[in-house]
Amino acid sequence: MARVEIQAPELTEYVEIPVLQEGSMAHSSPFVAKPDHQEVLNFPGELVEDWHDQAIAKMEDLKKTSRSFSLFLDICVHCGSCTDKCHYFLGTADPKNMPVARQELLRSVYRRYFTFAGKFFPNLVGARDLTREILDEWHSYFHQCSECRRCSVFCPYGIDTAEITMAARDILDAVGYGQKYDNEILGKVLKIGNNLGLPGPALKATLEDLEEDLEDETGLPIRMPLDEKGADVLLITPSADFFAEPHIDGLMGYAKVFHQAGISWTMSSYASEGANFGMFIGNYATMKKVAERIRTAALDLGVKRIIVGECGHAWRVAYSFWNTLTGTGHGAAADDKYAQMLQKQLDPRYPAPQHIVEFTYDLMQRGVLNIDKSANDHRTVSFHDSCNVARGSGMGNIERGQFILPREVIKGVVNNYVEMDGSTMYEETLCCGGGGGLLTDDLMELRVKGAMPRMNALKKVFDEEGVDTLAAICAICKSQFSKVLPYYDMPMHMITSVHQLVGDALVFENND
Amino acid sequence: MPSMDVNGSEVEVDEEGYLADINDWNREIATALAETEEVELTDSHWEVIDFLREYYDEYQIAPAVRVLTKAIGKKLGKDKGNSKYLYELFPYGPAKQACKIGGLPKPTGCI
Repeated sequence: MARVEIQAPELTEYVEIPVLQEGSMAHSSPFVAKPDHQEVLNFPGELVEDWHDQAIAKMEDLKKTSRSFSLFLDICVHCGSCTDKCHYFLGTADPKNMPVARQELLRSVYRRYFTFAGKFFPNLVGARDLTREILDEWHSYFHQCSECRRCSVFCPYGIDTAEITMAARDILDAVGYGQKYDNEILGKVLKIGNNLGLPGPALKATLEDLEEDLEDETGLPIRMPLDEKGADVLLITPSADFFAEPHIDGLMGYAKVFHQAGISWTMSSYASEGANFGMFIGNYATMKKVAERIRTAALDLGVKRIIVGECGHAWRVAYSFWNTLTGTGHGAAADDKYAQMLQKQLDPRYPAPQHIVEFTYDLMQRGVLNIDKSANDHRTVSFHDSCNVARGSGMGNIERGQFILPREVIKGVVNNYVEMDGSTMYEETLCCGGGGGLLTDDLMELRVKGAMPRMNALKKVFDEEGVDTLAAICAICKSQFSKVLPYYDMPMHMITSVHQLVGDALVFENND
Repeated sequence: MPSMDVNGSEVEVDEEGYLADINDWNREIATALAETEEVELTDSHWEVIDFLREYYDEYQIAPAVRVLTKAIGKKLGKDKGNSKYLYELFPYGPAKQACKIGGLPKPTGCI
């Protein structure tokens, strides 16, 4: 099994619309979930015999339960505004990766079974019968969309293309044709509590090890508390923060901030995961189950606040969906006993949930943190807006806070900050290439090619402005960048957690 | 389930070449797995692999990269306690490549 060499696209002055290469990514399809990955999520173990009827029935069901599903499938006028906005299209040149064309794979089937013209004159309107080939095509191309929603920004009708990808994946799961990476991970969350499958004792040992490092570094007993009842804050963070580089340095940064602020906090071994891949697979029931673990932990530990660590889609789920999923913040159903309990328990003076960047920003504003920016003088830093934070959330209760606050925190702890090309940032930020449940080795070619537009903007500031550090607030972005940077002749270690920068700049008065 | 041939006997692996059953593992299999990864095993590699397997026995998961580098540094000297050293040994990343050769399941998640 020799490793296949992946040829990264060449970087150019500007990203140009590529010459179309039909079918260039038709071979890219992730591993299919095994029966045990499927069944734990209440999906059929393998492709059911009557997959055709089941898939259409699932579409019927989605049509009834999700207003957006039929709306987004009905209203597209094929104007083409989205075509060149997708990083996967720009990086692969496969025309089926134009968002409108990718959606058409599902829309053409929907049209055949659910519209008047499609039912009676399918050839006139490009409506297609669902075949096994089409099902395979869905498995391939709906795993070439990272649900980043950049194309939606440019859609004059406001079609949320990610919703269509999510629906397609939900249909695939319903007929027993799921994706291994996502579903295996979700199984681990439900069984063990996190994406990694990191059991409680291993988590405890890891945190103790990190406490030792923090003490070596600062001479202070900076804590990494786990399952401590009565703490004020429950920190929910992606489990990559317990395992991978550079994530773990960010986790140590949070600990330093909590320590210096003198605020009691804890993590939970039961809810040791911020990520919620239930969103990626478009399955509401799974997303709710994963989110409910956090509610359970918050109730058990009796915390007053919930703070979310550096994870892009976790923050989208927390900010946009937790209220109705679990009653965090406002929106708990009157008959949802535990949601009501949580609303009463959480301190209304703080945002619920709160992002760790909001938390740190607030402390900085109030002068609580003792900061020496020159500690980061050896770096020139740029920031990558993560798609789910940029286009799926807010921060700090101010307009565009999700862009302003991370930058203010970074600029508060570093002297040398450089912005990448504005047309690749903010609302128009480019996906890292590994989001939306695609951060798996079996999609490495897609990930390398899809990173090209972001790499292009980064390479420019790398070459011209001496940027040597790329900061991010998403576990997926961090892992994806450390993997793809070398393909574009940049060092893998330049990717950094925002809270590593914060942690490095904090000054501790050592009492020793 | 795919399999690989190790000195005439079949060993079950998953699609990505990770051992299906950690208990199947032995040193010959590790050497064969390393070959598929184009890694030539030296004593330095074995030191890491042995540590990983010990850690796995205790915790049912591979250690965090930071924990691994620190432990290797303590055991084998400070010059080896850094991720650069580990990446030199296992260019595809110590977490995944060393786990694979050591017969451990593939770490999953946003890593």
